[in-house]
Amino acid sequence: MKILVCISNVPDTTTKVKFKEDSTLFDDSGVQWIINPWDELALTRALELKEDAGNSVDEVSVIHVGGAQTDATLRKALAIGADKAFRIDACAADAYYVAGQIAAYLKENPFDIVFSGIESSDYNGSSVGAMIAEFMDYSGVSSVTSVNLDGDDVILYRAIPGGKQKIKAELPLVAVVQKGIAKEPRIPAMRGIMMARKKPLEVIAATEMEMLTRSVKFELPKAKGACKMIDAGHVEQLVELLKNEAKVL
Amino acid sequence: MNFEFTEEQLMIRDAARDFAQRELLPGVIERDEKSEYPTEQVKRLADLGFLGMLVGLEYDGGGMDTISYVLAMEEISKVDSSVSVIMSVNNSLVCWGVEKYGTEEQKQKFLKPMARGEKIGAFLLSEPEAGSDATSQRTTAVDMGDHYLVNGTKNWITNGKSASIYIVMAQTHPELKHKGINALLVDSKSEGITVGSHENKMGMRASDTCSVMFNNVKVPKENRLGEEGFGFKLAMQSLEGGRIGIASQALGIASGAYELALKYAQERKAFGKEIIHHQAIAFKLADMAVEIEAARFFCLKAAWLKDQGKPYGQASAMAKLYAAETAMKVTTEAVQIHGGYGYVKEYHVERLMRDAKLTQIYEGTSEIQKIVISRGLVD
Repeated sequence: MKILVCISNVPDTTTKVKFKEDSTLFDDSGVQWIINPWDELALTRALELKEDAGNSVDEVSVIHVGGAQTDATLRKALAIGADKAFRIDACAADAYYVAGQIAAYLKENPFDIVFSGIESSDYNGSSVGAMIAEFMDYSGVSSVTSVNLDGDDVILYRAIPGGKQKIKAELPLVAVVQKGIAKEPRIPAMRGIMMARKKPLEVIAATEMEMLTRSVKFELPKAKGACKMIDAGHVEQLVELLKNEAKVL
Repeated sequence: MNFEFTEEQLMIRDAARDFAQRELLPGVIERDEKSEYPTEQVKRLADLGFLGMLVGLEYDGGGMDTISYVLAMEEISKVDSSVSVIMSVNNSLVCWGVEKYGTEEQKQKFLKPMARGEKIGAFLLSEPEAGSDATSQRTTAVDMGDHYLVNGTKNWITNGKSASIYIVMAQTHPELKHKGINALLVDSKSEGITVGSHENKMGMRASDTCSVMFNNVKVPKENRLGEEGFGFKLAMQSLEGGRIGIASQALGIASGAYELALKYAQERKAFGKEIIHHQAIAFKLADMAVEIEAARFFCLKAAWLKDQGKPYGQASAMAKLYAAETAMKVTTEAVQIHGGYGYVKEYHVERLMRDAKLTQIYEGTSEIQKIVISRGLVD
């Protein structure tokens, strides 16, 4: 069995977001790039499935659509334990385009399970995984919090309002995973970091296809107002401020 | 000159940072308060390969360069120096000597398990009456033909209780003074060894520092590291590398305290504005940033020299002296910036200040570093 984990290259979650060129582009100067946290959890779970001797997972690979500057992120995935990395050499700016590129690769190189994080921490599109399933006509399960293998069956749990749902899915499958899929992302060990340089990172030419959406402008949320501290003994002052200043009462 | 780190070096720095923030920060205050050895954390340090990161891959180490080691030591020391000292001693003082001067049998038997972190090493040089004056070794290793018989007491031994393997300096030929000292690899469970109680220290309280007593301990001849009488030279060479580790630790303590002070200064308000906008505080932070950057350059320069196979004794002494003094100064200022909050444990900086003090003392006091440096100035 082969597992493919989709990786997004995103700014570190503590990045101070700035825009350039009249707020039409994200200003990436000085930005530290990381593996999208949900994808990192997905990779961790994929590796746990491979390491479980009861499963027959032979390979865990990662795939990413992006330019050469994102190779460091893919090498981190290799250091964490992925066997191979594939980078489709294109600028990833539209979920349909990214999903289409990954699907084009999958058509030539089938995998049994595709993991995709529920969203990327930068653009929060939440659509690539579902689109891949549609392009490929694979089973698709969203909001997955647990994945286990039972022979050729995959047992998944997904979060639903007020509880969880158990699902048995047929292969091949796209699982769109979220928090809970693994306890915490794996830290690469020294040996893994050394081995990463010897593992294959294959660059694949992008397939011709159009983007369906184009980003026009970005806006930052309004700055939060100053916080007013009210002494616990003066509830009437709090009510007065909520009524007359914040006008929420 | 190249001031860029490689992709791998950055990955190691980030791995150390993630480990420190995720796995060392929770519980660091409690471990310090209770003087509790970080058993689980050291196990994770071993799993991740930090305990033997400088050892070659062929001996189950990480095969990393010294620059990476500096980066990892800094990140871990920002949070928990009691853990980073265990890593420093194992890598620099114990594994290094066995890898450089050990026989193939010694490497297979002693180095490999230490590089994997399955066994921890300790370096036994200091004695009740031989601290800075390490030539005055009173511990004896009498040559009995097929073995040495070791007697004496060692003091201030980091990893004294947790270590399975000791490198013990002991005098075999007192008439030859320091040229009569041997370095012996000793199983810490050998008959005749008694480990004293955990010292109740001011700082780095979670690392186990003990005295170790030897009473007619038999050590096989094949456990001697290097030629007869090479022990003192081995100790001094090991300390040259050890100083890069401790300098990086001091750097981490300083930068950890600085980061906390910078964050606090941007949040805490006084007289109607964040205290970073008061020049008295802003200038303190500017001085801290400059001195930390200088200490970092000293550490990286010494590491680079070591990686290039060039002499690094002078550079490591300068790095250790400057970084330790910086750590003491910066942590004291970090407490000052925090005001009353800096004086309570919850805000971490008081612990870092206590930890910083030890970097001026162990693996060669600041005064000893000045002796090393000044002697190096004379041709």
